[in-house]
Amino acid sequence: MVRVVAVTGNEAVAEALRQTNPDVCAAYPITPQTDMMQRFAAFVSNGKVDTELILVESEHSAMSACIGASAAGGRVATATSSQGLALMWEMLFIAAGTRLPIIMPVVNRALSAPLNIHGDHSDAMGARDSGWIQLWSENAQEAYDNTIQAFRIAEHMDIRLPVMVCLDGFIISHSIERVEYLEDKDVENFVGEYKSLYPLLDINKPRSYGPLILTDLYHEYKRAQHEVMTKVKEIVLAVAEEFEKITGRKYGLFESYRLEDAEIALVILNSAAGTSKDVVDEFRDRGIKAGLLKPRIFRPFPYEEIADALRHLKAVCVLDRADSFGGYGPLFAEVCSALYQVREKPLMINKIYGLGGRDFMPHHAQQVLSELVELTKTDTVEIVKEYIGVRE
Amino acid sequence: MKLKGWKELPPGAIVLEGGNAAEFKTGSWRAFKPVWIEENCIQCLFCWMYCPDMAIKVKDGKRAEYNYDYCKGCGICALECPGKKGQKAIVMVEEGK
Amino acid sequence: MAVELRLRELSRKEDLFTHGHRMCSGCGAPIVVKMVLFATEYPAVACSSTGCLEVSSCISLYTAWKIPWIHSAFENAAATIAGVESMYRALKRKGKITEEIKFVTFCGDGGTYDIGIQSLSGAMERGHDMLYICYDNGAYMKTGIQRSSATPLGAETTTCPAGTSIPGKTQERKNLTRIMAAHDIPYAAQASISNWLDLMKKVRKAHSIKGPKFMNILSPCNRGWRSRTDDAIMLSRLAVDTCFWPLYEVENGVTKITFKPKEKKSVVEFLKPQGRFKHLFSPENEWLIKQFQEDVDKEWERLHREASLQG
Repeated sequence: MVRVVAVTGNEAVAEALRQTNPDVCAAYPITPQTDMMQRFAAFVSNGKVDTELILVESEHSAMSACIGASAAGGRVATATSSQGLALMWEMLFIAAGTRLPIIMPVVNRALSAPLNIHGDHSDAMGARDSGWIQLWSENAQEAYDNTIQAFRIAEHMDIRLPVMVCLDGFIISHSIERVEYLEDKDVENFVGEYKSLYPLLDINKPRSYGPLILTDLYHEYKRAQHEVMTKVKEIVLAVAEEFEKITGRKYGLFESYRLEDAEIALVILNSAAGTSKDVVDEFRDRGIKAGLLKPRIFRPFPYEEIADALRHLKAVCVLDRADSFGGYGPLFAEVCSALYQVREKPLMINKIYGLGGRDFMPHHAQQVLSELVELTKTDTVEIVKEYIGVRE
Repeated sequence: MKLKGWKELPPGAIVLEGGNAAEFKTGSWRAFKPVWIEENCIQCLFCWMYCPDMAIKVKDGKRAEYNYDYCKGCGICALECPGKKGQKAIVMVEEGK
Repeated sequence: MAVELRLRELSRKEDLFTHGHRMCSGCGAPIVVKMVLFATEYPAVACSSTGCLEVSSCISLYTAWKIPWIHSAFENAAATIAGVESMYRALKRKGKITEEIKFVTFCGDGGTYDIGIQSLSGAMERGHDMLYICYDNGAYMKTGIQRSSATPLGAETTTCPAGTSIPGKTQERKNLTRIMAAHDIPYAAQASISNWLDLMKKVRKAHSIKGPKFMNILSPCNRGWRSRTDDAIMLSRLAVDTCFWPLYEVENGVTKITFKPKEKKSVVEFLKPQGRFKHLFSPENEWLIKQFQEDVDKEWERLHREASLQG
């Protein structure tokens, strides 16, 4: 029996955490994640979960405690945003390098300076090299669904990697949407019992975590880590298939919206994709073959699949809600890398939008799609990277 | 010693066998070597407790020979040895002599 | 039945920290670890911050730890072990674990007094059931002897060398044991490897108390202190006899001095055998020795006052 509710993104993810009932969670407040863990804390105080909640004194300690708890041998989660994610940066690499299945919803928020509490992707994009699996969510339903699936992906015996579930700060975390919750029993059965691997608390088999590795072995350890990442796509799809059976909702490596016969398309992550889909429909109504690709998994990046989905297009605009100063937007760089391997490829341009919570409006998507139409006529890219929605 | 390939390594660099450092013999580090003079030994066991390298064997509560595979020749045992009637039960001699 | 704290009985116990580790010849840290583990009567899980002990005890495919052990980073041993301890509580509550397990950290002064103080303070405040052992060798030794807030006044390190303008470290040493006692944790203590019985009794007492415990143990480093490889115990004893490193405990806010030297020696006896204090014996630096002695005396008096107030 499904429960249809009107909840915010934070509420929905907190509910997913309640239903997956981690053994240990660490929490440190940071806007706009704060109310997610507040709600979770209320579950803890009212005995609705069996979780040991550690109210740490910083996000660095939050991830450190999660690493200790996960190594000890149990289901672990935490959540953060922006500066919090940035503060735990070194620990992210350590969690992934140690192969610990920690789940972390990241409520995407801009990075300082200047200080800004609103939604953009700079935080999670900044962590893209950390070795974490990244799932991106367009809306509260996806955030809820991704969080539940994240446990299965992370804890899979062939994977054992930490997973970050991204959702837009304020735009999704604080907006009320229609969401379908699963029954507690269904989530419990779906995620199953936690299976530990080399737990520290197995005192009869003492193991040491975190050795010093020198020049003779580090390269090999990283090669091994790379290998595990290559197996993730398959597991993500398998878990999604199982998830579809109990929810009817289909998930893949990305979402293709009216893309198959499209001539121009937008590639865009998270909530702005939702806005853009309406504009794609508008263009279609006018007879323009527009489409959209919304990546769901950013790490590992599904290069072949995305190249395949986009190769037939004449012009593509990749929109980034984060910038890499001195470079192209992170999503643009990945999509271009994917298409580079294809002989005949679309024209590509990069737009930086929505930083620091700047709204992405339908007219921005219109502007970009119109530009793509022009591009198909001129067949030349004059400006590769541009900021849109900015006052001159 | 053949170095392992990436496929043979434990996940997450975890060392799966506790205490296997014992396979690494540090005795070759020594420049000086302690010698136990049993007649002067009062069996106080201070040397055993103070040894940073657990290089003194004890059998049934009694101090026995050195484990020269691991002794780094620091000399703590010799310095701390109370000895018997002013005679030390441990003296340091140059390694190889 | 707890093993009696007698060397003969203790010698029958298994070495839970094995030989084959890569610590320097004559290092105090492995002696700290071995004494603490010998005094521990329960299965334990340990955690170390990045430091001398950590890199030398677990390197490549080897580990000297015969108990479960984790190292994650430099500033977060307390937070890491707090996570392990929390998982233990979670699983114990669910009936998935029944044994009593103790949680111990072994961290250097670098990872405790300086970069690690935040996570230490946080873990102590939250009341995790753990024993935090700091092996204090008075500098960042692993990286080659750099000054930490635990470095004694006047000591030479590579980042505060004794030069013509500045004579080594000019700041007072941080009194971390006092800071930890001020956290109002159930037990905070100072111990020394030269007084092994006092050290082990303190460890036993700590393990019998539920909640956060802290022990600061002096750990001579012959490389950093520029002393001999054989004098770790001798220097620890001098540290105690000069009252530079008083042996005391603060249990539930009550201070007790656990060892009073028969004869309180001048700090000069502690400083003289160490090359890192060599420059203090030039006439222009004598004021530092005087200051050093005053600081030691002041703290010794303060401890007596505290101990008598609460007796």
